[in-house]
Amino acid sequence: MAVTVKIPTQLRAVTAGEDEIEVDGGTVGEALDAVFDAHEDLRERITDDGTLRRFVNVYVSGEDIRFQQGLETPLSDGDEVTILPAVAGGR
Amino acid sequence: MALKGLRCKECASEYELEARYVCEGCFGPLEVHYDWSGLDPAEAKRKIQAGPAGIWRYADFLPFAARPRDPLPPGLTPLVRAERLAARLGIGELWIKNDAANPTHSFKDRVVAVALAKARELGFTTVACASTGNLANAVAAHAAAAGLESYVFVPADLEEQKLLATSIYGTNLVGVRGSYDDVNRLCTELCEARPWAFVNVNLRPYYAEGSKTLAYEAVEQLGWELPDRIVCPIASGSLFTKIGRGFEEWLELGLVKGAMPVFSGAQATGCDPVAEAFSEGWDVCRPQRPETIAKSLAIGDPADGPYAVELARRTNGSVESVADEEIRDGIRLLAETTGIFTETAGGVTVAVLAKLAEAGAIDASERVVAIITGEGLKTLDANRESFAMREIEPTLSSFAEQVEPLAAGAG
Repeated sequence: MAVTVKIPTQLRAVTAGEDEIEVDGGTVGEALDAVFDAHEDLRERITDDGTLRRFVNVYVSGEDIRFQQGLETPLSDGDEVTILPAVAGGR
Repeated sequence: MALKGLRCKECASEYELEARYVCEGCFGPLEVHYDWSGLDPAEAKRKIQAGPAGIWRYADFLPFAARPRDPLPPGLTPLVRAERLAARLGIGELWIKNDAANPTHSFKDRVVAVALAKARELGFTTVACASTGNLANAVAAHAAAAGLESYVFVPADLEEQKLLATSIYGTNLVGVRGSYDDVNRLCTELCEARPWAFVNVNLRPYYAEGSKTLAYEAVEQLGWELPDRIVCPIASGSLFTKIGRGFEEWLELGLVKGAMPVFSGAQATGCDPVAEAFSEGWDVCRPQRPETIAKSLAIGDPADGPYAVELARRTNGSVESVADEEIRDGIRLLAETTGIFTETAGGVTVAVLAKLAEAGAIDASERVVAIITGEGLKTLDANRESFAMREIEPTLSSFAEQVEPLAAGAG
């Protein structure tokens, strides 16, 4: 599946300023691995022992993957995977 | 100067004091870092007591080099002794910190005042937030008072009264088709794309500091003594943990002596990721989809949840949750025994207080402070079914026949 992974500002120093990366992957985990293959430094920024760090949120087309199947969440062609810092400051 | 910089709560990486909220190394949240070495506690107290009647009397403990000018200063809200409620619940000494007595009627005035003072200092001319109520009111009002442009993002299906009470201040009110979590995600993305100060995103480290003033005020209003227990609602967990930080700072610096209070957190059963993590023994919160009348607490993915769990554990406290019916009862119980009408979040706090008291978790010798964060008039729908009125003819006989035989006792 060809998908777009959106990189937040805080990580663009590692991607040489790229804010979107096109990769192939059948699941969120595979797509992220493909991103890490291109930018190895990203791996330890957002994962720890193969799982997402606790202040990293990942969305597939706007939907939090923790409400789906986490890193196993399947992707369809053209999906957007968005990485964002976890902040919810209050209402 | 006491103010040092921003520091990651996870990995301790340090950053300049700018509009930044996430560690680039590990994505952990950033926090303001101070160094008060050499501070003379007696002198600090004297300065506080000579300061203005609001949060800015604590300016030495807030993220500013000098006390900022604030056109709508919050704080120094009443701490009232609640003897009738204490007697009802079998608590020895109970105090209500009534933060509805702020300019826009909730504790959010504290955090927004700090965030906007920092926004002005950093040169922002536009401020923004994602909200469903109290924060929206506060951002719109404080921006109006300071002459800043503001954008308030809310779920489009919000109740009319909340939209009106925000738009009246002349803000740009934007209704987003989606849930609060959708609005919050949009704002996190917008924050990267617009040169704006989002009070609860890129200014979050400063914003959060405003909540410490609740701890400072409680200490000062108790005659420079500590409470034994704090009962406080938890949404993102920021208020809860920053009240803890406020006490810790003053204990470390010697402004107050004694033991760290026990921290009892309060959530609604319909959105209790922090209570769940506490009772399950987890270090992280599993996100939930909120379903509760306590909308101001309905954050399914609480950013400071792990730290709130840690504070409750460290102080031998707990995090409890209560159902919607208990929340309504809590609002009524507080109103009937103290004359304070609180919003649903306050109902959550009172219901958890009652639950702890009934379970025998609160010792009769304890001095308890319950944090009431907002005003009942903002959540009238929660109690809409509960009021009673007897309609009569304008005659003495009608009153004597239809009202007096049924009159409720003074209690």
